Amino acid sequence: MAKKNTYTGSLTGSHVMAMSLMMEGVTDLFGYPGGAIMPFYDVMKDFPDLNHVLVRNEQGAALAAIGYSRVTGHEKLGVCVATSGPGATNLVTGIFDAYMDSMPIIAITGQVPTQVAGTDAFQEADVIGITQPITKQSYYITDAKDIAATVKEAFHIARSGRPGPVLIDFPKDIQNQVVEEFVYPEKTDVKGYRPKVMGNKRMIQQAAQWLEKAERPLILAGHGVLIANAMPDLIELAEKMNIPVVTTLHGLGCFPENHPQSMGMLGMHGFAHCNFAVQECDVLFGIGLRFDDRIIGKADDFAPKASIIHVDIDPAEIGKNVHTELPIVGDARNVLKEMNGIVEQGEYNEWLKQIEEWKQEYPVPQSIIQKKKEEGGGMKLSMRDVVRELYKQTEGQAVIASDVGQHQMITAQEYLFQNPHSHLTSGGSGTMGYALPAAMGAKVAYPEKEVWAIIGDGSFQMNMQELVTLAQDGIAVKIAVLNNSFLGMVRQWQELFFDKNYASTPMFNPDFVKLAEACGIKAMKAETNGDMKSVIERMRQETGPVLCEFVVQKEENVFPMVPSGKSLSDTITCSDGTHKIS
Amino acid sequence: MSVIKNQVHSLYTQVKSTEIKTEHVVVAIVQETPLVFSRITGLFRRRGFHLKSLTIGACEQSGYSRMTIVIDGTKTDTEQVIKQLYKVIEVIKVSDISFDQTVQRELALVKIYATKASRSEIMQIVDIFRGNIVDVGHDSLMVEITGDSSKVDSFLDLIRGFGIKELARTGLTAMNRGASGQVN
Repeated sequence: MAKKNTYTGSLTGSHVMAMSLMMEGVTDLFGYPGGAIMPFYDVMKDFPDLNHVLVRNEQGAALAAIGYSRVTGHEKLGVCVATSGPGATNLVTGIFDAYMDSMPIIAITGQVPTQVAGTDAFQEADVIGITQPITKQSYYITDAKDIAATVKEAFHIARSGRPGPVLIDFPKDIQNQVVEEFVYPEKTDVKGYRPKVMGNKRMIQQAAQWLEKAERPLILAGHGVLIANAMPDLIELAEKMNIPVVTTLHGLGCFPENHPQSMGMLGMHGFAHCNFAVQECDVLFGIGLRFDDRIIGKADDFAPKASIIHVDIDPAEIGKNVHTELPIVGDARNVLKEMNGIVEQGEYNEWLKQIEEWKQEYPVPQSIIQKKKEEGGGMKLSMRDVVRELYKQTEGQAVIASDVGQHQMITAQEYLFQNPHSHLTSGGSGTMGYALPAAMGAKVAYPEKEVWAIIGDGSFQMNMQELVTLAQDGIAVKIAVLNNSFLGMVRQWQELFFDKNYASTPMFNPDFVKLAEACGIKAMKAETNGDMKSVIERMRQETGPVLCEFVVQKEENVFPMVPSGKSLSDTITCSDGTHKIS
Repeated sequence: MSVIKNQVHSLYTQVKSTEIKTEHVVVAIVQETPLVFSRITGLFRRRGFHLKSLTIGACEQSGYSRMTIVIDGTKTDTEQVIKQLYKVIEVIKVSDISFDQTVQRELALVKIYATKASRSEIMQIVDIFRGNIVDVGHDSLMVEITGDSSKVDSFLDLIRGFGIKELARTGLTAMNRGASGQVN
């Protein structure tokens, strides 16, 4: 059946669901069939335009949906489908990830027939109850006539305002219920849900004045800039006023990282000069971020000299973690456009020079490793080298999904993202096993783009079953497994804060090359610098899915680092000394 | 830059450390759906807000319920409660009426041990508090008392000596006074 907004004739609830999804522009679904969702799968044959990717665990479906939404800049939403009970509960981690990172995904779960609801029927789980604190909204459909309106509302809520996951619980008898017509509503009006998108003009004027009066202003840009598609407006503001830009982990890509005013990422593993800039600035213009504890360090000592301007679309984020002098509730793009209309040119050469000095004084870790290499020689590959080489070869143009751990932070530091929506990572929830399914979702959304998954050995084993999905559908993700035979980030903490008691962090690993080959995926291995370069070249030539195991140093640490609970001023840049800002 | 900093504090700053905890009364109008109550109570648990009392009932519009929420917290805490409540899609309107002119009421049913000797004394106290005796048993009296929370508290204090057999308090419900209304 083709996409159309009305249809007269007998249809089942499943047809109505599929037609509604198509009306929302859905072309791909990630899912796993099962008893309570079978009628929906049964009608798939009537919808050749809906491509279904059969994952190997529902968690993969939810995370793939996140990758899909993320890489398209929310133009197309990722949809995951699961059956009731265990199918639905397997989605939970992915839904949580989407909630923490404000990602719009739609989760459709089968449910036992309404006649037996509440009887602890086979595979009955209260999935709405289970996911309630981690969804933006959820629906339980009790009549097939409500499906179209529900889907319309679900997509509207998921993608507007501060985006988030929406769950639709879809009982089996409703999937089979026959209705006589399909009319897709043109618009939806949700009472009690009117996100405020225009910032208060007076506040915006005030913010512009503060920035103009400031001596050491700093822009702190987050995910909200990407969500609002406000990248050009941010560049305009920064260039017009000549203010340096620091980004959060999720903000990477919202400001071209090779831009002279781009300082890089701040936070627990952000660059020292960024952290110091935050501590020393006098006006901090935070836009589209939530001042997460991983970026503010000790809250009481965050930006102590600054008047903080906080722009966010979610009023609940303002004043939640750090105290804000000037709150602006609104969409990042609208606020920036408004500001660009009124701000005047600025000159902060002294300030820019100061940040540049910090940059020289507290060198980025690559040079430390380089130095070690020169001294010791013959060292194994480092994770940093692999990511740097990948950046060099792809020129910052690839879509990179990183998992969670040391390699994630190194990727964020070393890969200078040139394009928006090209950095996929799990920030708020830190979901290990994120990268492989997320990269899969991204590649399904944009088959023409070069998509890499950078994954640690530990994270890889959390969702490695999705290798088979890649093989089955020929989804050409390039997988770089950085194998240090440790749960590296935990090991680093153990080294620094637990007297090197490596409790449950050394890993016995499978032979990743054989494993990938057994799953039907071409695989390679690299152990030296020379290997690494040529392997990356070869992987870039591959047209199908390909994996490479990079055997890296076992005990590489990620620096700079702000020890947990410490202030950003206490950023350390190596394990044997503390570099502190005076 | 110190000039701006000073301006700033007078305009928008909330200084957390100097705030004091007090009781706040928040009224929320919500859509009457099965999910909304668990969403809201879940929110209080999850965000660690100290909830003292919560009442839910019908309001002037059909299809909507009115919730009266009493929380113990600072002004900033209360603002965060209100913002979080607004994030629940079914919540239509939330207001903090703690500092407004309001009428606050709570109802309590109390079953008090009463012997022949003590019965008349209890009845006198009930009379003073303008309560009603709604049931009489062989060894007990059931009293209905309405008022703001402190009135109910002091009534309970006075009759505690006789022995409270059972107690049910409804929790607080509150409403803003009309434009010039001062009748108690």
